[in-house]
Amino acid sequence: MKSLNVDIAVIGAGSAGLGAAIEAKKQGMDVLILERNDELGGITLQCIHNGFGLKIFKEDLTGPEYIQRFIDEAKELKIPYKLDTMVIEITEDKEIYAVNKKEGLLRIKAKAIILSMGCREKTRGSINIPGFRPAGMYTAGQAQRFVNIEGYIPGKTFVILGSGDIGMIMARRLTWLGCEVKAVVEIKSYVSGLIRNQVQCLEDYNIPLILNHTITKIHGKDRVEGITISSVDQNWDQIVGSDEYIECDSILLSVGLVPENELTTKAGAELSANGGPVVDNNLETTIDGVFACGNVLQVHDLVDNVSEEAKRAGKNAAIYIKERSDKGQIKKDLIKIVPGINVGYVKPDYVNFSNLENLLHFHLRVKEPDRDVIIVIKEVNKIVYQRVRSFVIPSEMIEVRTKFKPEVISPNCRELKIEILPVSLLEVIDEVE
Amino acid sequence: MDYDVIIIGGGITGCCIARTLSRYDLKICLLEKEADIASGTTKANSGIIHAGYAADRKYLKRKFCIHGNKLFDLAHKELNFPFKRTGTLVVALEERQIKDLVYKRNYGTEDGVPGLEIIIDKNRIKRMEPQLTDKVIAVLHAPSGGIVSPYELTFALAENAHMNGVEFFREHEVIGINKIVAGFEIETKPKKFTSRIVINASGLFAAEVSRMAGADTFEIYPRRGEYILFDKDIIHLNKVLFPMPTRLSKGILASPTIHGHVFIGPNADNILDIEDISTTTRGLKEIISGGVMLVPNLPLNTAIRNFAGLRAVSNTMDFIIEATEMVGFVNVAGILSPGLTSTFAIAEEVVRILIEDLGEELKEKEKYNPYRPKPEHLSDFTKMKLNQKIKENQAWGRIICRCETIPEAEIVDAIHRPVGATTVDGVKFRCRAGMGRCQGGFCMPRVMEILSRELDIPYKEVTKRGKGSHYLVNKVLCIKLTEDSKESEEVAEK
Repeated sequence: MKSLNVDIAVIGAGSAGLGAAIEAKKQGMDVLILERNDELGGITLQCIHNGFGLKIFKEDLTGPEYIQRFIDEAKELKIPYKLDTMVIEITEDKEIYAVNKKEGLLRIKAKAIILSMGCREKTRGSINIPGFRPAGMYTAGQAQRFVNIEGYIPGKTFVILGSGDIGMIMARRLTWLGCEVKAVVEIKSYVSGLIRNQVQCLEDYNIPLILNHTITKIHGKDRVEGITISSVDQNWDQIVGSDEYIECDSILLSVGLVPENELTTKAGAELSANGGPVVDNNLETTIDGVFACGNVLQVHDLVDNVSEEAKRAGKNAAIYIKERSDKGQIKKDLIKIVPGINVGYVKPDYVNFSNLENLLHFHLRVKEPDRDVIIVIKEVNKIVYQRVRSFVIPSEMIEVRTKFKPEVISPNCRELKIEILPVSLLEVIDEVE
Repeated sequence: MDYDVIIIGGGITGCCIARTLSRYDLKICLLEKEADIASGTTKANSGIIHAGYAADRKYLKRKFCIHGNKLFDLAHKELNFPFKRTGTLVVALEERQIKDLVYKRNYGTEDGVPGLEIIIDKNRIKRMEPQLTDKVIAVLHAPSGGIVSPYELTFALAENAHMNGVEFFREHEVIGINKIVAGFEIETKPKKFTSRIVINASGLFAAEVSRMAGADTFEIYPRRGEYILFDKDIIHLNKVLFPMPTRLSKGILASPTIHGHVFIGPNADNILDIEDISTTTRGLKEIISGGVMLVPNLPLNTAIRNFAGLRAVSNTMDFIIEATEMVGFVNVAGILSPGLTSTFAIAEEVVRILIEDLGEELKEKEKYNPYRPKPEHLSDFTKMKLNQKIKENQAWGRIICRCETIPEAEIVDAIHRPVGATTVDGVKFRCRAGMGRCQGGFCMPRVMEILSRELDIPYKEVTKRGKGSHYLVNKVLCIKLTEDSKESEEVAEK
């Protein structure tokens, strides 16, 4: 068995992995990238639509154009990488076992590991859609791969279940290819994806968006022949008698993404409710020296945000190696970040007490859309941060960047709560206090 | 005559009969209407090897089940299919149900079911199955019960039958049977076959096929059962858990699968359409409420698939294994639960019918080989073994299915084994590529690519499960307009 020693092993060479590896390399680290696909770039390669890079490059790029800049930089920096290489195990003492065709089994001993495996799409089974199980049902990303990478069109008439971003982008893509997209069906009362995709991908092409409806039966024994949709009440229960049949030969599912957490679990890292690992403000998981960034940590809306997060992970992994990697597991003095009213989840899960004065990045999603809200961070009942927003929706991740002055947070603080409150409610609270 | 024996139907019953008869000096073939064997009732089966206490004494199936259960140990050694005697528990949630457990134990023990025991010590029950509901009052433990992969067992039977000379014709739907001198002529869509003996093991279609041969003696009704399968490593069950049975079925059970998942189901729904394997909102709700009665901690949000299968219920409510008035035409029908458990006993009965009722003089082949080599799985390898395998064959180092860690080598093997996979589902059921939590989201295009290459068929022609179940419709055409223009235009091929 071939054995290697590296400072930092990066698992996954999508936008997260490349970004982290580039930053770690710039910090003088000996980095190795492990990628299971046969090329660098990850899922961004199949996202041939535009809208990438507005934040980082101030340019409107396609996915492949965006990721190529990172691939080029990684190559210029001569960062070693292994393609077609699948990590099958990570041990708790940071030994990685991986396989590929040419080298067989590899054992890689790393001082630090960056997890950047991305996410996967929810499937039909995970949301329990009833009906037949014919060919012609694809996840939106799978259809995107068929069309944009393999060069095949998987059907002629489509219904898209779920209004996630990839689903809406595929609605437009398939329309361009001459397919008919009969409807995008969403169980919620609002789209799950970005508003800009609703406008540019559905409204601009007159693709009907059917809200408060779900698929209640798939028809067709061999190949999809149609679907029955039904309207749902507030509890997402089917309303009797509201069935409607739509003829189609294909169904795309765009019903959500979940972090790819297999290796994270194998490494022994604790997971949080969103499916990604629990991390502190340095993006370090509960395993000493194992970091996570990108969609494996939390599903992002924009690749630019992934790249920014990846950069922080790369930098922090380098700092870890310079300062702590030989010291063994240390006892951290951590403050727990708790999601409160109307907060679905928040990352990071913990902040190191000693880092309170550094610039901290919080990412969160609301549970329900709302208008005229205030984002607050509270230590018990004392508000230590607040910012007003005119509206919030679950599909748009909220970023909070802040530093805390030492006098603001009490020395025995163990918990900070982050909440999204209506502005009006806050005024009431003020009066009471 | 082309054949001595033709078996109609490539489910577990047909394949087990084929393998059992392949021991003898007979020219045999098996006809299957679908693109693969194990495509009907066999595929959506609970995969449980029953101990045999359940069915009423008046039924043939009780005798076959108890005997069939015992035949599994030898078969497992010979055929190398995934099988484990986990033990089963019938769970009483009310005092009054204990009476029924006692009845089952006493009669079961009398009829030769080994080790039946009623347990009322809650601590002991919880040690046996920590996930079982706290409301349990007593259980009937049957240590000889177990779990098996029904389709992998069927593939093993077919492969071994093939090794011993049985020919398999898939996509050969029988459309007519004519009595001819000393045998039958069987019409299928592609061609005609003749045979001295015909064994009808066509499951849901058995009554129809029997009528084709002129033996109109029974009816088959479809009874649907729906299931939900959960992701692995979330919850673990040690034992197969049954509620107290109802008149129609053994009730909604919760069970481990041989590959470490957990499933709940099936319900029992008498339907009209013999091909309606759709799941329903009502059915899925029903099995969830049944499942949580036994296992309150079911991880309902980690479901990875729901599916349904049809039981072939005969009007006698029992197995029909008999020679008919059409001499040489044998029916093996109405094989519902515990049909899987009974399978080897049913095949033995067919041998008896051939010898005693049809007067066949069955001679054992000189070169009969009962052993089917175990397919190699990466998951069974040590690290050193894996490294060595990749050195020998690089395809072991290319992981195609990421959820189940299935390398290219296993997929190629699934295609090239005897009676191998020709479809994406064929690959999935033979080597588990696409069975995991992403349900083929990542690997399906790659499995298609490997099927296309190994079978030398165009990528576009690769199907999910045969005719009509194609995945792709058109090719995306890229036309470069001019030399200096960077734009390209895509047109869908008409």
